[in-house]
Amino acid sequence: MAKMNLLQAINSALITAMEQDKRVMVFGEDVGHFGGVFRATSNLQQKFGRDRCFNTPLTEQGIIGFANGLASQGSVPVAEIQFGDYIFPAFDQIVNETAKFRYRSGGQFSCGTLTIRTPYGGGIAGGHYHSQSPEAFFAHIPGMKIVIPRNPYQAKGLLLASIRDDNPVLFMEPKRLYRASVSDVPEDDYELPLGKADIVEEGSDITLVGWGAQIEVLQKAAEMALEDGVSCEIIDLRSILPWDAEAVVDSVRKTGRLLVNHEAPQTGGFASEIAATVQEKCFLYLEAPIARVCGLDTPYPLAHEKEYMPDQYKTYEAIKRTMNY
Amino acid sequence: MQDRNHLARVSTTHQVNIIENGLIDIPMLQILKPDGSLHEQAVEPDISEQTARKIYDTMEYTRVLDERMIGAQRQGRISFYLASTGEEAAVVASAAALSDQDMIMSQYREQGALAYRGYTTQQFMNQMFSNEKDPNKGRQMPIHYGDKELNFMTISSPLGTQIPQASGYAYGQKMAGKDAITICYFGEGAASEGDFHAGLNMAAVLHCPVIFFCRNNGYAISTPAEEQFAGDGIASRGLGYGVKTIRVDGNDPLAVFAATQHARKLALDEKCPVLIEAMTYRLAAHSTSDDPTGYRSRDEEDKWRAKDPILRMAKWMKQKGWFDEEANKKLIESSRQAVLSALKEAEKVAINPIEDIVNDVYSEVPWHLQEQLENLKSHIRLYPQMYPKTSGRVK
Repeated sequence: MAKMNLLQAINSALITAMEQDKRVMVFGEDVGHFGGVFRATSNLQQKFGRDRCFNTPLTEQGIIGFANGLASQGSVPVAEIQFGDYIFPAFDQIVNETAKFRYRSGGQFSCGTLTIRTPYGGGIAGGHYHSQSPEAFFAHIPGMKIVIPRNPYQAKGLLLASIRDDNPVLFMEPKRLYRASVSDVPEDDYELPLGKADIVEEGSDITLVGWGAQIEVLQKAAEMALEDGVSCEIIDLRSILPWDAEAVVDSVRKTGRLLVNHEAPQTGGFASEIAATVQEKCFLYLEAPIARVCGLDTPYPLAHEKEYMPDQYKTYEAIKRTMNY
Repeated sequence: MQDRNHLARVSTTHQVNIIENGLIDIPMLQILKPDGSLHEQAVEPDISEQTARKIYDTMEYTRVLDERMIGAQRQGRISFYLASTGEEAAVVASAAALSDQDMIMSQYREQGALAYRGYTTQQFMNQMFSNEKDPNKGRQMPIHYGDKELNFMTISSPLGTQIPQASGYAYGQKMAGKDAITICYFGEGAASEGDFHAGLNMAAVLHCPVIFFCRNNGYAISTPAEEQFAGDGIASRGLGYGVKTIRVDGNDPLAVFAATQHARKLALDEKCPVLIEAMTYRLAAHSTSDDPTGYRSRDEEDKWRAKDPILRMAKWMKQKGWFDEEANKKLIESSRQAVLSALKEAEKVAINPIEDIVNDVYSEVPWHLQEQLENLKSHIRLYPQMYPKTSGRVK
């Protein structure tokens, strides 16, 4: 075990993957010698050479198109998009190519070895071009997995599983947690399962579902609710697609109430999908309407960031409303 | 009728004939020597003392602004800043060759062009402090300026997005019969984006009066030019798209001015795009979030410090008898004072009222945003201490 922050855990996962499989290549803007703008790829070029860890020209569509070709050839690309907000120039390559390579070729070719890493989310005073949470756009594409860790331990285990998974994975890193804290992370190789939620805290009155940096918000809100005698069960989804509906459904059947929290705008957000599924599978168990605490349906603001965020106070109030329904 | 098929213009050869990089020589226009004298055979552009002074003063002002704002960022007073140190001549001298009616579409390192147009120190500060006097209403990070009256399009963070937009804006100017063009600034890194290729191709085919101005400054954050493009820089790409192209020494203000003057005339008279590649160097860090000591040497920077465009212009102006050392010192000092007092002023101004979180998303506020705003206001009333910047105005 070693103490690592989330960035160091990602770096450790990349080193493990590159040592274990020569086909793994890491690339993107500034990821070479410099180690990436957040330093997630530090020392990789020194350790593994410029052929396996390199800078690309500044073109997101180029990076992912190149990665698609590389993956379809049998290499194991781990491509970095510097900010989730800048993934959209690569949208066509991801939506129409990465996700559909296997399907459209009748299983002859695939991009299954590709992992796309990108920082996402707000809380860093970055304004709308450095704060978006674009998971819902990609959740609408059949053919790829979406994975979001909430702490350093998860980051390493889930990234290693993503790199080795036989499907393309979009691995979204909560950038406000990058250097927020350190925790124990095994230096050895380990994987955490994709598609499986993590029960962070058990409770009996209401189920709180979230992912990434928002889990901390749910925990704080749950502490506030506990003072009122409300027991919250907190579920970290970890994978947005495929998502662990079973874990959520089992929990709601037990608690009878559900609240979903995410930073992305509410309309068309992934909370809508969870709410629809839960009302389908738990209709007779529900004691209150499903609550959503999300970002506003506006671009992510700068000066009003604090007001925009689905923080613990908004979550706590929503818990109270659900409990008193 | 003229044959419009391009094959009619293609010459033939009967041996395998590889056209290699290096066979096409795109020379770099230089007018001023580092000592401030003119190169032999160089022609001094038609430039008045007044214009020369304005270029010089704006370059000095930009440098003062940059120094002070980097300082302000280090003190935690603003969150972010991008300096243009080393590239002042490329930006300011090109802006000086334009008409005020020409649209400027900038990337994010062109504060010199905006200052040349008359953006005030207080306006710079209001934007950077995201206060309620910021025309963007506090919605974008520091340095994302924009001013409709000064024909300076509001900056957007994603790289290269303004390049095809510039082609479209220029086409609109042409269709409206305006005596104006569009200039579009970007770095050599942004020239790797798909938008660059799309934008140049569109402009060439649709005959758009636009100047594509590439600041080839050596680095895209930490990535050096040699890892950004192979071959002969950005200029040769202009030729590939059928765009008239000029390469210029970006640290030579007279050369930049002359090149941009020529380009503007061409764009306007012939209704065509022109690409200018200004060869320069980003002496500053990419941004205040970047540390260039991690990827380049002090030696390399020093070599470029010796080519300081401001110094070169001062030497030329001295030879013309247009430079007063004392007056210049006073000007720098008064700029410093002006920046400091504007900064203090901007810091005191409140942020926008909470209603602005839903304004401008659409032309009017639709029902669902109205509802979300009402919910937010009720919540702020419940927890006023948690949202101190806005709660005072939520009654």
